[in-house]
Amino acid sequence: MNKKLLIPLAIFIVLAGFLFAGLWRDPREVPSPLINKPAPQFALAQLNDPATKLGTVDMKGQVWLLNVWASWCVSCREEHPLLVALAQAKVVPIVGLDYKDEPGPGKTWLAQNGDPYTTSVMDRDGSVGIDYGVYGVPETFVIDKSGTIRYKQIGPITQDALEKKILPLVRELQKS
Amino acid sequence: MMLRFSRLLLPALFALCPLAVAAADAVPTEMDPVAAARAVKLAEKLRCLVCQNQSIADSNAELANDLRRQIREQIAAGKSDSEIVDYMVNRYGDFVLYRPPFKLTTVVLWAGPALLLGGGFLVLVRNLRRRPVADSSLTAEEREQAAHLLGEDNGKDDK
Repeated sequence: MNKKLLIPLAIFIVLAGFLFAGLWRDPREVPSPLINKPAPQFALAQLNDPATKLGTVDMKGQVWLLNVWASWCVSCREEHPLLVALAQAKVVPIVGLDYKDEPGPGKTWLAQNGDPYTTSVMDRDGSVGIDYGVYGVPETFVIDKSGTIRYKQIGPITQDALEKKILPLVRELQKS
Repeated sequence: MMLRFSRLLLPALFALCPLAVAAADAVPTEMDPVAAARAVKLAEKLRCLVCQNQSIADSNAELANDLRRQIREQIAAGKSDSEIVDYMVNRYGDFVLYRPPFKLTTVVLWAGPALLLGGGFLVLVRNLRRRPVADSSLTAEEREQAAHLLGEDNGKDDK
Protein backbone atom coordinates (compact mmCIF):
# COMPACT_ATOMS: atom_id res chain seq x y z
CA MET A 1 0.00 0.00 0.00
CA ASN A 2 1.14 3.47 -0.81
CA LYS A 3 2.56 5.07 2.33
CA LYS A 4 1.56 8.52 1.15
CA LEU A 5 -2.07 7.63 1.54
CA LEU A 6 -1.44 7.34 5.28
CA ILE A 7 -0.57 11.04 5.59
CA PRO A 8 -4.12 12.38 5.31
CA LEU A 9 -5.23 9.63 7.67
CA ALA A 10 -2.59 10.68 10.20
CA ILE A 11 -3.65 14.33 9.92
CA PHE A 12 -7.26 13.31 10.40
CA ILE A 13 -6.45 11.25 13.48
CA VAL A 14 -4.48 14.10 15.09
CA LEU A 15 -7.27 16.58 14.34
CA ALA A 16 -9.94 14.21 15.58
CA GLY A 17 -7.88 13.68 18.73
CA PHE A 18 -7.85 17.42 19.45
CA LEU A 19 -11.54 17.79 18.78
CA PHE A 20 -12.35 14.72 20.86
CA ALA A 21 -10.38 16.06 23.83
CA GLY A 22 -12.16 19.38 23.35
CA LEU A 23 -15.53 17.75 23.94
CA TRP A 24 -14.76 17.40 27.62
CA ARG A 25 -13.37 20.82 28.21
CA ASP A 26 -15.50 23.55 29.65
CA PRO A 27 -15.07 26.72 27.60
CA ARG A 28 -16.22 28.77 30.57
CA GLU A 29 -13.27 27.59 32.59
CA VAL A 30 -10.47 29.99 31.83
CA PRO A 31 -7.13 28.99 33.35
CA SER A 32 -6.08 31.62 35.85
CA PRO A 33 -2.75 33.35 35.36
CA LEU A 34 -2.56 33.70 39.14
CA ILE A 35 -1.72 30.05 39.80
CA ASN A 36 1.69 29.84 41.50
CA LYS A 37 1.75 33.61 41.86
CA PRO A 38 1.53 35.52 45.13
CA ALA A 39 -2.07 36.04 46.20
CA PRO A 40 -3.04 39.70 45.70
CA GLN A 41 -2.92 41.56 49.01
CA PHE A 42 -6.08 42.78 50.63
CA ALA A 43 -7.30 43.97 53.99
CA LEU A 44 -11.08 44.24 54.20
CA ALA A 45 -13.70 44.88 56.84
CA GLN A 46 -15.15 41.75 58.36
CA LEU A 47 -18.78 40.96 57.70
CA ASN A 48 -19.60 40.30 61.36
CA ASP A 49 -17.34 43.02 62.72
CA PRO A 50 -16.94 45.86 60.22
CA ALA A 51 -14.62 47.75 62.55
CA THR A 52 -11.97 45.00 62.29
CA LYS A 53 -10.12 44.19 59.14
CA LEU A 54 -8.80 40.87 57.98
CA GLY A 55 -6.34 40.44 55.18
CA THR A 56 -3.82 38.24 53.45
CA VAL A 57 -1.19 39.25 56.01
CA ASP A 58 -3.21 37.68 58.84
CA MET A 59 -3.35 34.36 57.02
CA LYS A 60 0.35 34.06 56.34
CA GLY A 61 2.01 30.92 57.67
CA GLN A 62 -0.99 28.69 57.16
CA VAL A 63 -2.68 26.97 54.28
CA TRP A 64 -6.10 28.50 53.71
CA LEU A 65 -9.00 28.63 51.33
CA LEU A 66 -10.42 31.84 49.96
CA ASN A 67 -14.00 31.24 48.93
CA VAL A 68 -15.74 33.94 46.91
CA TRP A 69 -19.46 33.97 47.64
CA ALA A 70 -22.45 36.30 47.74
CA SER A 71 -25.99 36.20 49.00
CA TRP A 72 -27.24 36.86 45.46
CA CYS A 73 -25.22 33.96 44.03
CA VAL A 74 -27.41 31.02 43.11
CA SER A 75 -24.75 28.36 42.55
CA CYS A 76 -23.18 29.23 45.90
CA ARG A 77 -26.07 27.31 47.45
CA GLU A 78 -24.92 24.27 45.54
CA GLU A 79 -21.48 24.12 47.13
CA HIS A 80 -22.46 25.46 50.51
CA PRO A 81 -23.22 22.13 52.27
CA LEU A 82 -19.79 20.89 51.22
CA LEU A 83 -18.14 23.96 52.71
CA VAL A 84 -20.10 23.59 55.94
CA ALA A 85 -19.01 19.95 56.19
CA LEU A 86 -15.43 20.92 55.44
CA ALA A 87 -15.52 23.56 58.15
CA GLN A 88 -16.88 21.05 60.65
CA ALA A 89 -14.00 18.71 59.86
CA LYS A 90 -11.65 21.59 60.74
CA VAL A 91 -9.17 20.64 58.06
CA VAL A 92 -8.38 24.09 56.76
CA PRO A 93 -9.47 27.64 57.56
CA ILE A 94 -11.89 29.07 55.01
CA VAL A 95 -12.01 32.80 54.50
CA GLY A 96 -15.15 34.03 52.77
CA LEU A 97 -14.99 36.94 50.37
CA ASP A 98 -18.51 38.35 50.28
CA TYR A 99 -18.35 39.68 46.74
CA LYS A 100 -20.39 42.73 45.71
CA ASP A 101 -22.86 42.16 48.49
CA GLU A 102 -24.52 44.14 51.25
CA PRO A 103 -23.81 43.27 54.90
CA GLY A 104 -27.50 42.74 55.72
CA PRO A 105 -28.35 40.12 53.08
CA GLY A 106 -24.91 38.55 53.53
CA LYS A 107 -25.46 37.95 57.25
CA THR A 108 -29.00 36.68 56.69
CA TRP A 109 -27.75 34.27 54.07
CA LEU A 110 -25.14 32.82 56.41
CA ALA A 111 -27.68 32.57 59.22
CA GLN A 112 -30.00 30.61 56.95
CA ASN A 113 -27.49 28.35 55.26
CA GLY A 114 -24.83 27.92 57.92
CA ASP A 115 -21.56 29.77 58.26
CA PRO A 116 -18.54 27.69 57.27
CA TYR A 117 -16.17 30.64 57.30
CA THR A 118 -13.44 31.31 59.80
CA THR A 119 -14.05 34.91 58.83
CA SER A 120 -15.94 36.60 56.02
CA VAL A 121 -14.78 39.91 54.64
CA MET A 122 -16.74 42.40 52.57
CA ASP A 123 -15.68 43.21 49.03
CA ARG A 124 -18.51 45.61 48.41
CA ASP A 125 -17.27 47.24 45.22
CA GLY A 126 -15.70 44.04 43.85
CA SER A 127 -12.22 45.49 43.51
CA VAL A 128 -10.53 42.62 45.36
CA GLY A 129 -12.53 40.29 43.14
CA ILE A 130 -10.99 41.97 40.10
CA ASP A 131 -7.51 41.58 41.62
CA TYR A 132 -8.18 37.86 41.96
CA GLY A 133 -9.56 37.61 38.44
CA VAL A 134 -12.98 36.57 39.70
CA TYR A 135 -15.49 36.31 36.90
CA GLY A 136 -17.95 33.70 38.07
CA VAL A 137 -19.00 33.38 41.69
CA PRO A 138 -18.45 31.05 43.46
CA GLU A 139 -14.72 30.66 43.09
CA THR A 140 -12.29 29.12 45.52
CA PHE A 141 -8.57 29.62 45.86
CA VAL A 142 -6.15 27.38 47.71
CA ILE A 143 -3.37 29.55 49.16
CA ASP A 144 -0.24 28.08 50.73
CA LYS A 145 1.78 29.08 53.78
CA SER A 146 3.91 31.55 51.85
CA GLY A 147 0.83 33.25 50.43
CA THR A 148 1.02 31.74 46.95
CA ILE A 149 -2.11 30.72 45.07
CA ARG A 150 -1.84 27.01 44.29
CA TYR A 151 -5.25 26.15 42.89
CA LYS A 152 -8.38 27.86 41.69
CA GLN A 153 -11.78 26.26 41.53
CA ILE A 154 -14.06 28.11 39.13
CA GLY A 155 -17.71 27.62 39.89
CA PRO A 156 -19.11 25.55 42.73
CA ILE A 157 -16.89 23.07 44.54
CA THR A 158 -18.01 19.54 43.81
CA GLN A 159 -17.53 16.47 45.97
CA ASP A 160 -15.24 15.17 43.26
CA ALA A 161 -13.08 18.31 43.10
CA LEU A 162 -12.92 18.45 46.88
CA GLU A 163 -11.79 14.86 47.34
CA LYS A 164 -9.54 14.55 44.32
CA LYS A 165 -7.94 17.96 44.07
CA ILE A 166 -8.51 20.37 46.92
CA LEU A 167 -8.10 18.14 49.98
CA PRO A 168 -5.02 16.23 48.72
CA LEU A 169 -3.42 19.53 47.77
CA VAL A 170 -4.23 21.10 51.14
CA ARG A 171 -2.75 18.11 53.00
CA GLU A 172 0.37 18.17 50.89
CA LEU A 173 0.82 21.92 51.40
CA GLN A 174 0.26 21.62 55.14
CA LYS A 175 3.10 19.10 55.36
CA SER A 176 5.62 21.28 53.65
CA MET B 1 -56.11 81.72 34.62
CA MET B 2 -55.05 78.10 34.78
CA LEU B 3 -55.09 77.88 31.03
CA ARG B 4 -52.85 80.87 30.60
CA PHE B 5 -50.39 79.51 33.12
CA SER B 6 -49.97 76.22 31.31
CA ARG B 7 -49.63 78.07 28.02
CA LEU B 8 -46.65 79.84 29.47
CA LEU B 9 -45.23 76.90 31.31
CA LEU B 10 -45.35 74.28 28.60
CA PRO B 11 -43.07 76.05 26.13
CA ALA B 12 -40.70 76.73 28.99
CA LEU B 13 -40.67 73.03 29.87
CA PHE B 14 -40.08 72.02 26.28
CA ALA B 15 -37.29 74.54 26.05
CA LEU B 16 -35.57 72.79 28.95
CA CYS B 17 -35.80 69.32 27.39
CA PRO B 18 -32.61 69.48 25.28
CA LEU B 19 -30.69 70.40 28.42
CA ALA B 20 -31.99 67.34 30.24
CA VAL B 21 -30.99 65.09 27.34
CA ALA B 22 -27.52 66.58 27.18
CA ALA B 23 -27.06 66.09 30.91
CA ALA B 24 -28.08 62.42 30.68
CA ASP B 25 -25.56 61.86 27.92
CA ALA B 26 -22.71 63.40 29.83
CA VAL B 27 -23.16 61.49 33.06
CA PRO B 28 -21.77 58.01 32.28
CA THR B 29 -18.30 59.00 31.12
CA GLU B 30 -17.44 62.34 32.72
CA MET B 31 -14.31 62.36 30.58
CA ASP B 32 -12.92 64.41 27.79
CA PRO B 33 -13.79 62.94 24.37
CA VAL B 34 -10.23 61.76 23.63
CA ALA B 35 -9.94 59.77 26.84
CA ALA B 36 -13.47 58.43 26.40
CA ALA B 37 -12.60 57.22 22.89
CA ARG B 38 -9.47 55.57 24.28
CA ALA B 39 -11.51 53.83 26.95
CA VAL B 40 -13.97 52.50 24.38
CA LYS B 41 -11.17 51.32 22.11
CA LEU B 42 -9.51 49.45 24.97
CA ALA B 43 -12.79 47.95 26.11
CA GLU B 44 -13.40 46.67 22.57
CA LYS B 45 -10.10 44.79 22.64
CA LEU B 46 -10.96 42.95 25.83
CA ARG B 47 -13.20 39.95 26.18
CA CYS B 48 -15.87 39.84 28.85
CA LEU B 49 -15.23 36.61 30.73
CA VAL B 50 -18.79 36.22 31.87
CA CYS B 51 -20.29 36.26 28.39
CA GLN B 52 -17.14 35.30 26.45
CA ASN B 53 -18.37 36.24 23.00
CA GLN B 54 -18.83 39.88 23.78
CA SER B 55 -16.23 42.50 24.41
CA ILE B 56 -16.18 44.48 27.62
CA ALA B 57 -17.49 47.41 25.60
CA ASP B 58 -20.51 45.45 24.34
CA SER B 59 -21.44 43.56 27.45
CA ASN B 60 -23.92 44.64 30.06
CA ALA B 61 -22.65 42.10 32.58
CA GLU B 62 -21.84 43.48 35.99
CA LEU B 63 -18.19 42.48 35.64
CA ALA B 64 -17.87 44.22 32.28
CA ASN B 65 -19.32 47.32 33.87
CA ASP B 66 -16.74 47.16 36.68
CA LEU B 67 -13.91 46.62 34.20
CA ARG B 68 -15.03 49.56 32.08
CA ARG B 69 -14.91 51.63 35.24
CA GLN B 70 -11.40 50.29 35.93
CA ILE B 71 -10.30 51.32 32.45
CA ARG B 72 -11.72 54.82 32.88
CA GLU B 73 -10.14 55.21 36.31
CA GLN B 74 -6.77 54.04 35.09
CA ILE B 75 -6.87 56.36 32.09
CA ALA B 76 -7.74 59.18 34.46
CA ALA B 77 -4.75 58.13 36.58
CA GLY B 78 -2.52 58.56 33.55
CA LYS B 79 -1.83 54.89 32.77
CA SER B 80 -0.82 53.97 29.23
CA ASP B 81 -2.86 51.58 27.09
CA SER B 82 -0.34 48.78 27.44
CA GLU B 83 -0.25 49.19 31.21
CA ILE B 84 -4.03 48.82 31.32
CA VAL B 85 -3.97 45.78 29.06
CA ASP B 86 -1.24 44.23 31.26
CA TYR B 87 -3.40 44.89 34.30
CA MET B 88 -6.22 42.87 32.73
CA VAL B 89 -3.96 40.07 31.47
CA ASN B 90 -2.33 39.70 34.90
CA ARG B 91 -5.73 39.04 36.39
CA TYR B 92 -7.68 37.20 33.72
CA GLY B 93 -4.96 35.74 31.49
CA ASP B 94 -4.37 36.03 27.76
CA PHE B 95 -7.94 34.91 27.22
CA VAL B 96 -9.19 38.46 27.82
CA LEU B 97 -7.37 39.57 24.69
CA TYR B 98 -9.25 39.15 21.45
CA ARG B 99 -5.87 39.33 19.77
CA PRO B 100 -3.68 36.80 21.58
CA PRO B 101 0.04 37.63 21.94
CA PHE B 102 2.60 35.75 19.88
CA LYS B 103 4.49 33.43 22.21
CA LEU B 104 5.55 29.80 22.55
CA THR B 105 2.10 28.53 23.52
CA THR B 106 0.38 30.39 20.71
CA VAL B 107 2.82 29.60 17.90
CA VAL B 108 0.49 26.97 16.43
CA LEU B 109 -2.39 29.41 16.59
CA TRP B 110 -0.56 32.14 14.73
CA ALA B 111 1.64 30.15 12.36
CA GLY B 112 -0.71 27.19 11.80
CA PRO B 113 -2.88 28.66 9.04
CA ALA B 114 0.13 30.03 7.13
CA LEU B 115 1.96 26.71 7.44
CA LEU B 116 -1.07 24.77 6.24
CA LEU B 117 -1.53 27.09 3.28
CA GLY B 118 2.17 26.93 2.38
CA GLY B 119 2.24 23.14 2.79
CA GLY B 120 -0.83 22.73 0.63
CA PHE B 121 0.71 24.94 -2.03
CA LEU B 122 3.96 22.88 -2.01
CA VAL B 123 2.05 19.62 -2.38
CA LEU B 124 0.08 21.13 -5.24
CA VAL B 125 3.22 22.31 -7.08
CA ARG B 126 4.95 18.97 -6.60
CA ASN B 127 2.00 16.99 -7.84
CA LEU B 128 1.60 19.22 -10.87
CA ARG B 129 5.27 18.85 -11.77
CA ARG B 130 5.27 15.09 -11.37
CA ARG B 131 2.17 14.49 -13.41
CA PRO B 132 3.34 13.03 -16.73
CA VAL B 133 2.65 15.39 -19.59
CA ALA B 134 0.08 13.67 -21.79
CA ASP B 135 1.63 12.43 -25.03
CA SER B 136 -0.55 13.86 -27.75
CA SER B 137 1.07 12.08 -30.66
CA LEU B 138 -0.62 8.90 -31.79
CA THR B 139 0.95 5.68 -32.83
CA ALA B 140 0.35 4.48 -36.37
CA GLU B 141 -2.06 1.90 -35.10
CA GLU B 142 -4.10 4.47 -33.17
CA ARG B 143 -4.14 6.76 -36.17
CA GLU B 144 -5.53 4.01 -38.31
CA GLN B 145 -8.15 3.22 -35.70
CA ALA B 146 -9.16 6.85 -35.46
CA ALA B 147 -9.38 7.23 -39.19
CA HIS B 148 -11.47 4.09 -39.29
CA LEU B 149 -13.88 5.44 -36.69
CA LEU B 150 -14.10 8.94 -38.03
CA GLY B 151 -13.62 8.88 -41.72
CA GLU B 152 -14.44 5.54 -43.26
CA ASP B 153 -17.46 4.76 -41.14
CA ASN B 154 -18.89 8.20 -41.74
CA GLY B 155 -20.28 7.43 -45.10
CA LYS B 156 -21.80 4.12 -44.07
CA ASP B 157 -23.56 5.48 -41.01
CA ASP B 158 -25.07 8.41 -42.85
CA LYS B 159 -28.50 7.88 -44.12
